[in-house]
Amino acid sequence: MATYTIKEAKAAPVGTKGPIHWMKHNLFPDVKNSLLTLVGLYLLYLTVPPFLNWMIFDATWSGTQDEITKGGARWIFISEKFDQFMYGFYPEELHWRPNLVLILTVAFLFSFKIFANVKIKAALILSYPVISFILISGGWLGLETVETEKWGGLMLTLVVAAVGIIASFPIGIVLALGRQSDMPIVKTLCVGFIEFIRGVPLITILFMASVVLPLFFSDGIDFDKLLRALIGITLFQAAYIAEVVRGGLQAIPKGQYEAAESLGLSYWQGMILIILPQALKISIPNLVGSFISLFKDTTLVLIIGLFDILAMVTLTNSDTNWLGYEVEGYVFVTLIYWVVCFTMSQYSKAIERKFNTEH
Amino acid sequence: MNKTKLPEPTSNGFLNNPQNRAIIYQVAALLFVVFLAYYFTSNMFENVEKRGITTGFAFLDNTAGFGISQTLIEYSDATSSYYDVFIVGLLNTLLVSVIGVFLASVLGLLIGVGRLSQNYLISKLSMVYIETFRNIPILLQILFWYNVVLAALPSPRQSFNYLDTLFLNNRGLLTPEPIFESNSIFILVAAVLAIIGVIFLGRWAKKRHDLTGEEFPLIKVSITILILAPTLVFFISGQPISAEYPVLKGFNFRGGLTIIPELLALIFALSIYTATYIAEAVRAGIEAVPSGQKEAAKALGLKDYVILRKVVLPQALRVIIPPVINQYLNLVKNSSLATAIGYPELVTLFSGTTLNQVGQAIEIILMTMAVYLTISIVISLVLNWVNAKMAIKGR
Repeated sequence: MATYTIKEAKAAPVGTKGPIHWMKHNLFPDVKNSLLTLVGLYLLYLTVPPFLNWMIFDATWSGTQDEITKGGARWIFISEKFDQFMYGFYPEELHWRPNLVLILTVAFLFSFKIFANVKIKAALILSYPVISFILISGGWLGLETVETEKWGGLMLTLVVAAVGIIASFPIGIVLALGRQSDMPIVKTLCVGFIEFIRGVPLITILFMASVVLPLFFSDGIDFDKLLRALIGITLFQAAYIAEVVRGGLQAIPKGQYEAAESLGLSYWQGMILIILPQALKISIPNLVGSFISLFKDTTLVLIIGLFDILAMVTLTNSDTNWLGYEVEGYVFVTLIYWVVCFTMSQYSKAIERKFNTEH
Repeated sequence: MNKTKLPEPTSNGFLNNPQNRAIIYQVAALLFVVFLAYYFTSNMFENVEKRGITTGFAFLDNTAGFGISQTLIEYSDATSSYYDVFIVGLLNTLLVSVIGVFLASVLGLLIGVGRLSQNYLISKLSMVYIETFRNIPILLQILFWYNVVLAALPSPRQSFNYLDTLFLNNRGLLTPEPIFESNSIFILVAAVLAIIGVIFLGRWAKKRHDLTGEEFPLIKVSITILILAPTLVFFISGQPISAEYPVLKGFNFRGGLTIIPELLALIFALSIYTATYIAEAVRAGIEAVPSGQKEAAKALGLKDYVILRKVVLPQALRVIIPPVINQYLNLVKNSSLATAIGYPELVTLFSGTTLNQVGQAIEIILMTMAVYLTISIVISLVLNWVNAKMAIKGR
């Protein structure tokens, strides 16, 4: 006969809540991970306090050069040269014009969301570049002309990026459609252009645009240095946009193309009304990604002698009264690029999550 | 059954026929491109003639006459031609690319695995690394390393010294230089033989595994052979490789191998920047393996490292490798930014100095572009080959 003995009661399960348990589980689960955590903490100890001290606690935020007593960053350099970092050599009394363009851009983006009418939207899209150009460059409506040699700083960076994004977009879409086309000659031309541009570094295209392009036109056409760079950047960006849009086009089910045809729509009607709205929508995350790359690539214009915000670091440091402030300059420019690129990439991730309907 | 005949196509249907339209569009596109090409080239020849620039590639044989701070082949300012300059630049580009690809892969793999670590701190630190460095323009990083970090290094007399073999100062990083004597060829032969042996061993091990299911400790044995064979020959042939150490004489170092600061800055910036993209690819690849695969392998009773090697990695690599190879191509293209700090690679030497001296912009820029195009075509051929090799084979 089996006899039953009462077993001893088990201890209550260990708590699975609270910071101590969290640390035990996520930071010190075993010996290897505990060592890794300690190494990580040591790395943080080595980098974060000196960085914060330099950036904030030991930094000089105001006053003159003679009053610098602390060893940290000397931000007075940035506040002294702030106008140059923002506008380059743009005449100081005319700074309101780029500022106004910036305000217009924000207003434009908002009004684009408010108005639903396609005609108003089209008018906005077409008028925005014209108004901005007239405001910045002048020469019309009694505005004083400012030569492009005087454009510089963050303003120039934004101009290059904006023109690159806006002008490359239609070219990129046409190239993508051409690459997907059934017509062999059109397809070959588009594939050749896209693969050529994607195969060479941007810097060689910029050299090509700045040195070789003027030779392509008869002497009568005088080329502006900035315009040459813009042409190079636009062609470069168009090839990348084309590849992104092609990805979107390929993701559209064949039934959509067939449905458009069976409705009796022409090629362009079908593309504009049915295919492209869907294809562009799903390529938004990748488009934003390629805008981020373009924004980072605008720094390359300094190699062909334009004064974007990165070139301003060297330029402001050639002032004999302010020598040896490269670190502050580079860190300031880094912060600007980082904030813009990080914001855009978070935006693109948010859209991706919104579109992701998988479970 | 009544068959109603379709009406005969009328003559004005010609333009409505999609085939005819396609031909017309294509002829128009072709004419447009041909016209543009004709317009550009005729203007070009006219302008070139007006400015008195010579054309053709004859300039390649002329003596260059400028010094280069780092050359992998014999080069002298007095006798070497522009063709030599081209080769020197090309080799320096390849040097940066190879070192950069290697370092970026190692760093990217570590950070990518760290991003997936169950250790909260390591995972977050990896994320901070990725988000910091991928959002800063690569040119800015190159300039920062060169103008701020490396410019702050001390003069040769106060250089950082590691065991009297490595010296770091504002002239660069100095390391011992290996000196090969005539016997050292045997070591090379031994190394090549070891590699061939390992390849055959691998085939034999695979065959045996297919036939009997027995595992052979291939990786351990291969590494032992690869290390042991050249080392043994090194000692048998009487230690034919010696090292020359850099020694401080006066104001500068003599002897040893100097890695110039430009190269250091470029390699740091390129590998740190590219590693962020490789890390993201590694993370995405490992995350792409469904967790059911790991659970199924565990349920079969496989050990952890077998699960990693036979179940997770083969599936993850299929996702990881294509974007990583694309990043290698980007790294090669980004190495052209060295021109901003004057590292003597292809763009600096050829599209920079040579172009300024010769003035034949079209030939020089086309040659530079052709080099990068060739590299990217080779890399995409490799990518296609890898993709075909790794494609899931349907049964």
